[in-house]
Formats: sequence, C-alpha cells, structure tokens
Amino acid sequence: MAELVLSGVTKRFDATVAVADLSLRVGDGEFLVLLGPTGAGKTTTLRLVAGLEKPDAGRVQLAGRDVTLDLPAARDTAFVFQQYSLYPHLTVYDNLAFPLRSPARRESEERVRVRVGDIARLLHIEDKLTSRATQLSGGQMQRVAIGRALVRRPSIYLMDEPLSSLDAKLRAELRIELKRIQRDLGATILYVTHDQTEAMTMATHIGVLEAGRLVQIGTPREIYADPVNTYVAARLGSPAINLVPRSTCPDVIAPPETATIGVRTEHLRIRKSVNGNATGRVKWIEHLGDQNHLHVMIAETLVVTLCDRNAGLVVGDAVDIDITAPLFFAASGKRLRLQ
Amino acid sequence: MAEIRVENLHKSFGAFSALRDSTFTVPNGDFFCLLGPSGCGKTTTLRMIAGLELPTSGRILLGGEDVTFKRASQRDIAFVFQLFALYPHMNVRTNIAYPLRSQSMLRDEVNRRVNEAARILRITHLLDRSVSGLSSGDRQRVALGRAIVREPLAFLLDEPLGALDAEFRDVMCGELRALHDRLKATTVYVTHDQLEAMAMADTIALMNRGMVEQLGTPQDIYDRPASLFAADFIGSPPMSFLPFRGRVTPGDRTVRVGDVDIALPEIREGREDSELVLGVRPEHIELSSSAPLRAEVVDAEYLGTTQIVTLNTRAGASIKARIPAEIQIRPGEHTGLTLRPGLLSLFDRASGRALRTALHDGPAHG
Repeated sequence: MAELVLSGVTKRFDATVAVADLSLRVGDGEFLVLLGPTGAGKTTTLRLVAGLEKPDAGRVQLAGRDVTLDLPAARDTAFVFQQYSLYPHLTVYDNLAFPLRSPARRESEERVRVRVGDIARLLHIEDKLTSRATQLSGGQMQRVAIGRALVRRPSIYLMDEPLSSLDAKLRAELRIELKRIQRDLGATILYVTHDQTEAMTMATHIGVLEAGRLVQIGTPREIYADPVNTYVAARLGSPAINLVPRSTCPDVIAPPETATIGVRTEHLRIRKSVNGNATGRVKWIEHLGDQNHLHVMIAETLVVTLCDRNAGLVVGDAVDIDITAPLFFAASGKRLRLQ
Repeated sequence: MAEIRVENLHKSFGAFSALRDSTFTVPNGDFFCLLGPSGCGKTTTLRMIAGLELPTSGRILLGGEDVTFKRASQRDIAFVFQLFALYPHMNVRTNIAYPLRSQSMLRDEVNRRVNEAARILRITHLLDRSVSGLSSGDRQRVALGRAIVREPLAFLLDEPLGALDAEFRDVMCGELRALHDRLKATTVYVTHDQLEAMAMADTIALMNRGMVEQLGTPQDIYDRPASLFAADFIGSPPMSFLPFRGRVTPGDRTVRVGDVDIALPEIREGREDSELVLGVRPEHIELSSSAPLRAEVVDAEYLGTTQIVTLNTRAGASIKARIPAEIQIRPGEHTGLTLRPGLLSLFDRASGRALRTALHDGPAHG
C-alpha cells in the first residue's frame, strides 16, 4: 500500500471542465471518499488515477513515483466498478484467481489457492467458490467483484460506487464489511459515491466535490460539524440542515454580513408555546417509524427537524423555537464565524 | 374519487402463484402503498386493479362497481409507470393533453385541465418546451400531469421514483405527498423501498410471496410488526432479533434470554417450551456499562446526528443500536445493553408470527 498524490490535475471534455485544478493526498492506509452529486467529477478523478484518462494539466504520483503518463497496466491500481463484471462461464474461484494468473504475474497455483481462500473468507463467500458466477445473487456477485480487486495487493484500490446497484439491506451489510476489510488489510482506498451515508460511515476522510472542484476535505466529523459553505453543509445530515434567511431569526447573534443561518436538527429545541408569542407553527408531522420529522413554518420559512414521538405536538400547534449552535453563512454561501 | 376493494384476488402464471387470496380495501382518498421485495406480487396486484392483467379468481370493485373483467380503458383509472413514457417529438403541453385529445374533448376544456395540472405540478413555465431537454424530475412531473388531467377515480403508480437518483427521490416523495394532499385522490403506490412507503403512505399493505403479510398505518407496522418478515423489512436499520428458548405464560412481564431477565409489554398469548425471538428497534437500545445483557462492539457508523452501533451478544445475536453521535465507542469494546421495554416485540420462531402482548391492546388493534 502506498500514498497517492494529485497535484493541480485538470481534465476537460470539449468545453466541459470535469476536474478543475484538483490537488489531493490519500495517505497510506487511508480510506478517502470523494462525495458529490452526478457530474461533480468523481468518476473522472478515479479514471485519471487508474490511467483510463489522461489529464490536461497536473501530476499523478503513486508511492512517490510520477505515473501521470504511465499506461493503466503499469500503475499498480485495482479498480472496482459500479456494475460487477464477472466471467459468467468461470466459477467464483476462477474469477477470483484470474488477476493472479495473468502471464505477467506467474504466481504459483499454491499461492493462488492460499490468496483466494483468504479473500473468500474475508468476504464470507468461501462456500460459493465452486459455484458459477451466474448462480450467485446480486450481493454475492458484487462481493466477488470486490474480491477480484482484493486478491491483488496494489498500491491503491479505486472504487466507483461499488454498492449503489445493491438493495438497501445488502448495502448496509457491505458498508461494514468493506470498512472491516480495509482496516484488516491496512489498504489504501479511494472511493467515490453520491451517498452521504457511505461517506460518513466508511471514510477516514471525506473530500466534497462540486463541479470538478474540491470544496472541503476532512474527517466525517469535521465535515459535518464545521462545513466551509452551504453546499458542504447541505450535503451531509439527515434530515438535511435547515438553511433559513437571517431575517427569520432576528434574535440570534450573528456576524454582520450573515445572509443565511444553518441549523441542524440536533440544535433545535421545539416546545409548545405557552405565552402566545409563538415563533412558529407545526405544518406537518411525518412519521418515519424510528423518527418523526416535524415540519414547522417560521414566518415564510419551512424548517424540518426530528422530534420525539412523545412530544405531544399536533398539526397547527404554535411552538417556541430555540437554536443552540447556529452556523452562519454569507450571501455567497461562504461560512462566517463570530469573532 | 372512489374506494377500491380487492376481494380474494388470486393470480397464477402456470404453476406459479403470483398472488394468493388477497383481500383489502383502499379507502376513498387514501394514499395506499403496496410494499414488498421483488417477486412479492405487488406489481401484479396493481396491474390487475388497472385492468392490465386479469385475475385467476377474485373480484375488484372500483367505487362499488365490479370492474374485474372490464378493459383497462373502461376503468376510470390513471396509471403512472416507473419509466416515464413520454412522446419525445411532442412538447410538454401536447404530452399532458394527449389522454384528453384521444377522448375527443373540447379544446377549451383540454386547455383548462392542462393549465390546471401544470399549475399543481409547478411546470407551467415548461409547457411549451420539448420533453427531450427536460431533467428526469421534470419528465416525471410531466408523466404525472398526464395522469392528473384525466381527473380519474384513482391513481395507480408503479415505482414512479425508481429511476431517479437518491437525492432527488426524497424531494419527489415530499412533492407526491403534497400533491396527494391537494388532490385528495385515491392513490395506490407500488414500491420496494420501505422509506418511501413510510414517508408517504396513509396505509401500507406489506406483501410477501403473493400474500398480504400486514396491513396498517406506517407507525402501526413499525411499532407492532405482525411477523419476523415485517420486523425485518421495515426500518433502517431493521429490527434486531435475540433468539432464545423458553416458555411464556399470559401475564408474564419478563422473558429470560440466556441468563438475563428482560422486561417487555405484558404477554397475552402463551407458548410451551419453544424457540422464541425477542425483537428490538435500534432506537430502543441504550448502552450502559453495568447492564447484565453483555455485548461486544463490532462497528460504529457515524451519521452526524446519531450513530449506528453494531454489537454481538454472547449468544451470537447481531444487534444494531441507534445512539447519539457524541457517545465515544470503539470496536472491540465490551458493554451492556438496556432494552427499553415499552415497544419490544416477541415472535414465535417456527411460525414467524408475533405473539400477542400488551402492545396489541387497545381498540385499534383489538
């Protein structure tokens, strides 16, 4: 395993800038997740690292070596795609062994057997080794696809939304597996997704991408608690952070140029109003089983927050609202801090 | 608008029964979700209500009228498919108006309805645009517009959000529910996504292997799952299970799981010595170092407001707890679990069915 460094990498497709002056370091043994919506440049970044695309500017260094102009095969990376691509006529064992048996490697069959056995155990598919790839469920196929990357010991694993084609339950299972495997192997992983839960739960560090630019990088807790702008603040958290106009909460002490106040659900205290000077009114309560989402109108602004199911609030109730840890943003979206 | 009643509906494809003897009523104005995994019979049920499939046996009543063997076109129902089938060479207005043109309606009335549908869906500014340039969300709005203009007795929607990406699905969930609240139209909605069903439905029919496994409000199914299947299908993460062997008697207020007594709602239905399962939702678990039910932390997943902790008990059960994000916890750590007794469920392992407890008391759950 080794460190990956991108320096000033830019990639254009005709008039579109897919990746703009991206500098990024993935440390040895780190699990870095690039988070962003469709079109943010996530997959292009992975493909640049793998050598499937050539940058228009900038450098890619892997394990201290400049690989910018190297062919994909010379780069020592392993790629897991969103859609599992297995050889249907081969058994699970042979699918897993395939990368080790390439002529360039010439591993002994004995070593192949040991390595495939180890990885199959890690992924809990050791009882499927003799099955054909076509006899597997979707989740098992995706495990084999991940396994085919893991049998190798490349400098870095590159993963492009490998869980997004799976159903919710399997995704939750594989999230934990993947994190465990990464820890056990001490693997360096660059992983891209648009799913905030995957980013929050697996990453040692998250890089938030917007239109090809890296907006912020940090641990999940840093990104969640201390976003640099409204874009990052809105990407993480469920229910999403409430971004309300400054004028809606005149009582909050804020820096003078504040245009928007960001309030996460855990920083809102909502009580039934007793004195008649209510700040808001309950518009709708969404029962999601484990949580209730309370929709409250404050003047013209809708605020959504979690509420205890025993809070005794009903639609139409007048409520008082306290804000405990607001975040401040300028009109540009940039984060502001109180002096 | 009208009530939809499905009576003893059965559908076989050769030797395979897609739907077995299902009976339920969709009340007038209800947002009703048919929820279940793929192959459970939910889409087949919807297609029979629409008249796109004929049942092998059973009856379908729409607004009191038996429509079981009526053609789809004779049922006053609008169907919205998963893949929005729009006419690419027509603009938004013509696409929305299409179902009315084919009914040879007067032009003024067509315009009135198209404008009204566009206003409700907030796509008035798109009416003269070509559909080919639209975002997936706007395309889905146009598809909905085509259903709305018909002013049908009921709307049937087959995974209408399935093709959208996750972020946008949330937005559309809110919009669809708000739309329903404005139109108050009877709606049957098919999905495999329990979060969509929980967020939107008045009533959920949870289906499994061609049968309705449980029928109820989202909160009811969440709090009182009728079976292990329901408990496991609903919730993210789903209910955790503590299997144990034991005997329970009506009036018991605790069960003995391994060597630990756990309080639960008073038992109303007894079992001789048998394999039982205690079910607990992630948010009803607290970690406390002194609690006698011991477990080892396998993983902690930080989610911002909360975290999901995965633990293994000594007996080997895997448990998921949702606790505040501030609590520091590390894999490998040993801890105790306190289960809040009020909403614990008890199941018979062999049948998979829930045993009756004080949780099921009260008029609504008679």
